[in-house]
Parts: sequence; C-alpha cells; structure tokens
Amino acid sequence: MKSFLHLFFARNKEFFRDKGSLSWAMIFPTLIIIGCAIAFSDDSENLLTIGYFPADAKPADLPALDQGYSKWIAYDDLQQAKTRLRHHQLHALVDQSDKQIWLNPRSSQGQMVSELTGDNSLYRQLALSGQRIRYVDWVIPGVLGMNIMFGSLFGVGYVLVRYRKNGVLKRLHATPVSALQFLSAQVASRLFLVVATNAVIFIGSDMALNLVFIGSGWELLLTAIIGAMSMISLALLIASRTDSEEFAGGILNATTWPMMFLSGIWFSLDDTPQMMQTMAQFLPLTHLVSAARDIMINGAGLMDVAGHLLIMLAMTVFCLLLAAILFKWHN
Amino acid sequence: MNILDVRHLSKHYKQLTAVDDISFQVKSGICFGLLGPNGAGKTTTIEMIEGITEADSGEILYKGKARDKRFRQQAGIQFQQTALMDYLTVEETIRLFASFYPAPLALETVSQLCQLDAFLQHPSTRLSGGQRQRLLLALALINNPDIIFLDEPTTGLDPQARRSFWTLIDSIKQQGKTIMLTTHYMDEAEKLCDELLIIDRGRIVDQGSPQALLSRHFTFKRLSLDKDALRLAPHELESDIIDNGDEISILTDNVERTIATLLKKQVDLSSLTIARPNLEDLFLKLTGHELRQ
Repeated sequence: MKSFLHLFFARNKEFFRDKGSLSWAMIFPTLIIIGCAIAFSDDSENLLTIGYFPADAKPADLPALDQGYSKWIAYDDLQQAKTRLRHHQLHALVDQSDKQIWLNPRSSQGQMVSELTGDNSLYRQLALSGQRIRYVDWVIPGVLGMNIMFGSLFGVGYVLVRYRKNGVLKRLHATPVSALQFLSAQVASRLFLVVATNAVIFIGSDMALNLVFIGSGWELLLTAIIGAMSMISLALLIASRTDSEEFAGGILNATTWPMMFLSGIWFSLDDTPQMMQTMAQFLPLTHLVSAARDIMINGAGLMDVAGHLLIMLAMTVFCLLLAAILFKWHN
Repeated sequence: MNILDVRHLSKHYKQLTAVDDISFQVKSGICFGLLGPNGAGKTTTIEMIEGITEADSGEILYKGKARDKRFRQQAGIQFQQTALMDYLTVEETIRLFASFYPAPLALETVSQLCQLDAFLQHPSTRLSGGQRQRLLLALALINNPDIIFLDEPTTGLDPQARRSFWTLIDSIKQQGKTIMLTTHYMDEAEKLCDELLIIDRGRIVDQGSPQALLSRHFTFKRLSLDKDALRLAPHELESDIIDNGDEISILTDNVERTIATLLKKQVDLSSLTIARPNLEDLFLKLTGHELRQ
C-alpha cells in the first residue's frame, strides 16, 4: 500500500508540474465549450425548424409553413421527435398519422407556428413543453467525454510507452514493486486527474453558462469514473508491450479519431446510417457520452443508463485482463 | 562463503549467442568485476543474475538458494542506462524508491554517503552526469542491500567524476557489501575489483584477482618508443614487438639487456617509457583484440 500511494502521488506530481499537459487538459476543452456557446448562441431565430412524422409523409397541406423560411426534418421515431421539440431543437412537430401539430408553448417560434397554422382546420394543435436545451448544453457531455478520452488514452498510454522506452519501467522492475501495484497506481492517479480536471471544467462551465442539468450530480460523477476507467484500461492494453512512441502514437490516434466522429460528441447519431450507429456501440466514448447526456438533459437515473455503464465496465474488465496478460516491463 | 553461484548460464538472441554456458562464483564481501569489450555479454550476464533478463538455460543461486523475493529485497541495482520519473526532485525520487522496501535506509544516510545533500531539491532530470550517477547509486543503496550490481557505472563521466565515483565505491566496499561491477575500463577494474572475470563473445576467457591474472600471464615488461626512433628488425632485439601506430612496444623479460641492445644500435631513447603490462595487454593477449573495440 505504501508503494502504491507513493507511486500514485509521484504520478500526480508529474502531471501537475508538467505545465504544458495541465494547461492543455484544462484550456483545450474550455475553449471548445466557449466556442460552442458563442457560435451556437443564435439558434437561427428567423428560421423555423419543423419536424414531421412519419418520415415518408412530408406535409403538403400546410402552405403557411412552406414558404422557404422553414427547414423540414423527417422522423421515423415519434418519441425522438417529441424529445427534440421539448428541448426546443424543433419549433413544431407535424404528426401526419394523427393529423396533429405539436407545439412547445415556451418557444417563441412555437407561438409563431401556432399563429401561422391556427386557421388550418385539417390539424389539431397540441402543446408539448420542456426546458430549452441549447447546443452548448447538449455538446458539453461530449466535449468533457472527449477530454476524458484524450487524458486517459494519451496520459496513460503515451507515458507508459515513454517509461518503457527510456528505462523507467526497467528500473522499477528491479525493485520489489509488482506490475499490479505499478499499474493500479497509474490507473488510480489518471482516474483521479481526469475526473478532477473535468469536474473543475464542468463546474466552471455551469457557473458561466448556467447549463441545463436535470439529473443527479453523483450519478454523473459515477458515469464519468466508469467511462474514464474504460478509457484508461484501453490505454493500458494499447501500451502493454510496445516501446515505440511512434507506433503507440499511431494506435492512439487510430483509436481516438473514430471515437471523435462516431461517438456523438458533436452531432446526434440518431439520423446517421445504421452501420455507423452499430459501429459506435463498440466505442466506450459512445456509452460515456450517451449516459452523461441522458443524466444531464433528460434527468435519467442509474437504472436508465445501466446498459451503458455495464458495457463500459465489461470493456474495462476485458481490457485490464488482456493488458495484464500482455504487459511487459521492458523489451 | 559464496553469495552468488552461477552455473552453466546461456542466453541466445535469434542467431546470436550472447552468453555461452558460463559458470562462476562470487565470494561475499568482495568487488567482483566482469571485464570485457562492448558486446562481450557483460550486461546480459549481469541482467540475468539481477532477474531482469530470463536465461535460456543455467542456474543462479543466491546465498546457496534459488533467487526468490528475498533477492529483490536484498539486491541493489544500477543499470547502464536508465531514466527517472519526470518532474520529481532528488529527494522525492529517493523517497519513492524507499517506499518499495520494508526497511530502507534514512534519506539523510544515503544522501550523505552519495554526496547528494546539496542537490536534494533539484529536479532529478536536471543533474550533471556525475550527480546523476550518484543519485542512481543512492537508489541502488536505499534498501541497504547485501549485493550491489553496477553496470558500467562510470561510462560517459569525466575523469574527476569517475574518480569521485570510485571513492564512493570504495566506501561501500568498506561496509562489507558485495559489489558486482561490469566495466570496459581497465583502470577502473584494477582500482576497484578484488576479482575479475574476463569474458569475450559470451565465454569466460580467464578469472582471478588482477595481480594474479597479470603475473600468471606476463613475466615481461613493456618498453615503448616512437616509431621513428626504432628502425630495427624484430630479430635484432630478440623480443616481441607490437606496432601501435605511432609507437612501438617491445615486450621483454630483461629490461637491462634490451636497453643495452638499443644503445648499442644507437637508437634514440628520448621517447622511451617502461611499464608493466596492464589488463589491456592481458586482454589483448587472451583474446587477440583490444578491450575497447
């Protein structure tokens, strides 16, 4: 335990004294969040975004809405479309199957649609209210998830490979320290660092942007911890044998870049091809971001996101076991 | 009493035989030197004993028994090349390594012994070559080991730092600890080692104390002259002659007779030096090539 604690604190000191790494871990995601908050603060006020269901039945009998200032989005899933309307991501939803127009009374554009379609006797108007979700509210779990991914994969993977290459691991192997003690100290240290730095960024963003946060903070923290564990285990697996920083860098990039685009950080996967959605299910970041977003925006509880958490835990166990089998102190 | 007993140790890397069936013993409390040129198998041998590299075959006994956890606790190791964790001070690095052992020496004890008191708060990655080697030695000593492995500890150090390091090794020897040292510096081996194992191409060439080895193999002394001064055929001197480039060495067991011959032949003796053979000569004689090749 004494060795574990000393290794844990030694690694933490390295991180905090490496000003470049620390700055990057804090400033990079903060800049992205600020950029998103500024760039998407004006939700195209002059444009109506209207969803319709089912996807193959675009309304032809609502001429007041079809004047060039409306953007139409097709939905196959009525519940998904209603969630978008609740979050103010749609201004109106036309349900062709029941000839209904769903409106969010708390949205000014919803009021506008109500005025424009009030005289249309073909449709019945219904209210569906919910808290407005800005893009920054929606994207922040993705940005922090991405930061956890980079911090975990490069923070553990790259450091281990460097230690193996320059002989630090070999020197530690010459002591009574076991691989389990060393690796668990690395995992614990990085877990503490990525969760702590992202918690600071999240709290700072919440104070500055008044984020929508409906679910439990503790459940979000637990999700972040499990997500970080899955990423760190993946990093241990990638860095279990090689002493080539170039090779490890290539593998780490090949792992992080697909996650950047396929895990739903920047845009929803709902409208993407099925193949892309299937591929995304194999990526831990998809489950971390989905679970965190569900807790934050939809107020989901642990049971609601249990599937995501279990998949991340299974990935953690699988990667840790494989990393332990493959691990080499030196080549 | 033997602290180490190495039996029929071998190690192969694909087609290369790094260590080829070597056996030797190391007595407790001595400085035991592994002497050989680069690539002779010194580091592979010492790392197999340390437990860092796995042997293909052979047996290594520590204090008469197979090495176990006790060996890791009682061995101090300094590698030829190693790095330390970034951003830690000298003191933090020593304390980190101390945490790995159940009964480490006090920080003050090792820092004083290794002359690190003035650098304790310095980042360990920003030390000079000599300071860095002293820190690595401190890490090897922190567990108060019974046996210390030093793999080419003075390679790359300037002469002053090397001598300072030798003084340190001497003071550790005084404490009765066993030191196993690899080197390709003959002066280092002569100065520090009580017993030498000369290896080349993975095989043992000879073994013994430096003095015993030299007197066993050499009865002659070496006279050296500028090449320009000596313009005689070898048979005129009745001695072995070695051409060292700008200098000629005459190996003779009768210095007076050789000098008389040189005077008689009117050779200019202003560049003459006389020396007894050293380990370099011994190595050359035993292997046919120089130690630092």
